[in-house]
Amino acid sequence: MPDLSSNLAGISSPNPFWLASAPPTNSGYQVMKAFDTGWGGAVWKTLGVPIINTSSRYGAVHYGDKRMIGFNNIELITDRPLSDNLREIEEVKKYFPDHAVVASLMVETREQWHQIVRDVENAGADGIELNFGCPHGMCERGMGSAVGQEPNVLRTIVGWVMEVAQVPVIVKLTPNISDITEPARAAVEGGADAISLINTIQSIVGVDLDTFVPHPVVDGRSTNGGYCGPAVKPIALNMVKNCALDPDVTIPISGIGGIETWQDAVEHMLLGAHNVQVCTAVMHYGFRIVREMTEGLEQYMRDKGFTTLDEIIGRSLDKVRNWEQLNLHYKVVAEIDPGKCIGCQLCYIACEDGAHQAIRLPASAGTARIPEIIEENCVGCNLCSHVCPVEECITMVRRDDGTRNETWKDYLASDRAPTTFEDQRAGGVGHHIPSPADALKRD
Amino acid sequence: MGEYRKPENQEDLNTNFEQIHPLMDATMAYYASARCLYCYDAPCIEACPSGIDIPLFIRQIRTGNLPGAARTIYNSNYFGHICGKVCPTEVLCEGACVYTEQDVEPVEIGALQTYACDHAIRHDIRLYDLPEANGKNVAVIGAGPTGIACACELRLLGYDVDVFEAKAHPSGLALHGTAPYKITNEEVLDEVAWLQRQFGFRTHYGKRITPPDLRKMESEYDAIFLGIGLGHTRMPPVEGTDLPGCEGAITFIERVKLDPLSAYPGDRVVVVGGGNTAMDAASESARLGARSVTLVYRRSRAEMNAYDFEYDLVKQAGVEPLFHYTPLRILGEDKVTGVELARTHIVDGKLSVMDDQRMTIPCDAVIMATGQSKQTGYFADLDIHVDSKGRIVVNALGQTSNQKYFAGGDAVNGGAEVVNAAAEGKIAARGIHASLAEAE
Repeated sequence: MPDLSSNLAGISSPNPFWLASAPPTNSGYQVMKAFDTGWGGAVWKTLGVPIINTSSRYGAVHYGDKRMIGFNNIELITDRPLSDNLREIEEVKKYFPDHAVVASLMVETREQWHQIVRDVENAGADGIELNFGCPHGMCERGMGSAVGQEPNVLRTIVGWVMEVAQVPVIVKLTPNISDITEPARAAVEGGADAISLINTIQSIVGVDLDTFVPHPVVDGRSTNGGYCGPAVKPIALNMVKNCALDPDVTIPISGIGGIETWQDAVEHMLLGAHNVQVCTAVMHYGFRIVREMTEGLEQYMRDKGFTTLDEIIGRSLDKVRNWEQLNLHYKVVAEIDPGKCIGCQLCYIACEDGAHQAIRLPASAGTARIPEIIEENCVGCNLCSHVCPVEECITMVRRDDGTRNETWKDYLASDRAPTTFEDQRAGGVGHHIPSPADALKRD
Repeated sequence: MGEYRKPENQEDLNTNFEQIHPLMDATMAYYASARCLYCYDAPCIEACPSGIDIPLFIRQIRTGNLPGAARTIYNSNYFGHICGKVCPTEVLCEGACVYTEQDVEPVEIGALQTYACDHAIRHDIRLYDLPEANGKNVAVIGAGPTGIACACELRLLGYDVDVFEAKAHPSGLALHGTAPYKITNEEVLDEVAWLQRQFGFRTHYGKRITPPDLRKMESEYDAIFLGIGLGHTRMPPVEGTDLPGCEGAITFIERVKLDPLSAYPGDRVVVVGGGNTAMDAASESARLGARSVTLVYRRSRAEMNAYDFEYDLVKQAGVEPLFHYTPLRILGEDKVTGVELARTHIVDGKLSVMDDQRMTIPCDAVIMATGQSKQTGYFADLDIHVDSKGRIVVNALGQTSNQKYFAGGDAVNGGAEVVNAAAEGKIAARGIHASLAEAE
């Protein structure tokens, strides 16, 4: 039986699935229900001087018939009095002593930080998360991402917190920055115990074409919000990877961003996250999704023969290289399984218009609509296999013999890389390109 | 059987003739449209006799452009709403949907098409701007799908158009012949009314045009389009078809469509035939509450012309099929009391009747769905050639051997779907335009 128990910088929880600081952790009622359903930890909705929220608060990106592939919000930190939240934290800890309750905090002055850290520790919080990520509303007041974008300020405030903190301190980072490792290193320098990322991405999710007001609408006006949901996972994975690979980021990472299934969680962990935090998926489907996540993670570990999460965490990191370290002799080409092809010809038009004209339609106009790969034109880009709507119909098959491994770096070192505009060593030299006028030919 | 109680009021009718393809609502269309893969050179377009750009209109539905979707459809087929409901989509667009290659349910193309067209009709959306009149006029004979389609296209080309129709209502068999559980009369008439508002052709109902009338029109119109369809049921040469209680399927179905509450055929009904019209007549008899309906076909189940799903509907309605029998005579003195049948067998593909193997089915009504007659007598005086099967011969422009006359629809194709008729009317309109332009 795989052991799902998790430890992030000394904060233990029965599993690596935490609720992120957000609407699902707004109250003790929700956190109790979540723990009862199977969540291992919860980062409480950010505490500070309570605010006043707007109505409405959320916008969404729908794609086809799929709702909320992207989501944004203009909700701020807690709008409830601190004492109510503290009392509820205390109560939750009584019922669930082994679950992780982490208090997310956002205040301004050193005195306020000292005070609120002591308050949540007294209430029984197992850890503290500093919200340096919120990209809307709070940052305009000099908090949230305004801190996360200034490594020096971040380091200073972490220092203030560390002066009094008795429990582990996590710094939550904003992705609204060029290089995520800068604030990550500042957090380390400030003495933090862990980092969590990503917070939401500054965004506008859409505009009402009739009223011309972007979403979400507040009395005929709108503002930029924080973007999250399945669509942001690739951005989050890359930033988690960047921090995990940085030799100066020596503290553990809590992965956040686009996690909805156990696969998403495993991906975050493979790229270096010690545990994961989830919000949007719960806002979409409820706390119950954790059952599938737990069960799926367990099954995956069983299938792979893993017994602890440590065997997953960071396992993909040594597979990630800079582009210049990739083997330029590796060669795959697309192969269509005629038994599975349904003849939609999406691969044809994608390759024809969007790639390398390496797929042709069947010569005879008959009933068979199965396109053919022109192997000599195929650069192995994968595009056709991505647009193909049939499972495992287009596969990429290897064509090189696997004996040569040379990278751009090797090419540079041996002076074989193209250096001039007309360099005949360019990769596209000799590759089939139709003449421009061919585009205007009609059958 | 007793699957259906004899309807006594509109509510009963609504139950017995419940729409098998009800209109989609916005949510259904949202999910159905999202399924379209937007195939390149999509096979559904190829499979559509009117060549509607199906992936495009579905994408327009998906992106909230319903008027655009309707325009895409009407650009190819002026009977978009009707065809979405009555087309045999299973063997046309939906049958060609690539999903079926992997046994996945096809996109609901027909229902989506009707959804978009219904929006345009219900909101009376103007999709077309008519050009300046070109000073020429065309007489269209017959207000069925082919005639109306021809009229719409001609108006779009600047012609003045008069449509003459012998019946009191337009739409021909789309109104008088389609199964009432596939489309309501209101839907059929609403589409034609909308088309008329849209294109402004003149209609003259209850006006039967005879060959002498046509001769007169030749000097009044620049061209004449014949969309006159087919005639009544061609009765088989057996004794007793003139008895009360024996009628042709076309007549019976028209009665059902125009006045269903008084169309009850009788308690025991025998329907003769194996085509889609026979299926409709049998199914409608059952839905009108007939206690027993027997479908008699002279060949095997596999040899029936009817589509599989039409036969399924008949079976679901409780109709009893009887294969390899053919009527010898209709029994009865002053009304039908039964039908005498003989067993058939097939030798080398040819049907042979076994006179010594007979059976009698007592019944109150016999409905003959044995094909429609051609109106060949009509053309004799007009120098219009017909082929050996009595179908008007036209060239690629839809033009007959008499250059003044063009034709389309059942009178030309021998009896096909609404979509074929609509497509042929449109082709003929362009043919008229090309022909008149050339003459100048």
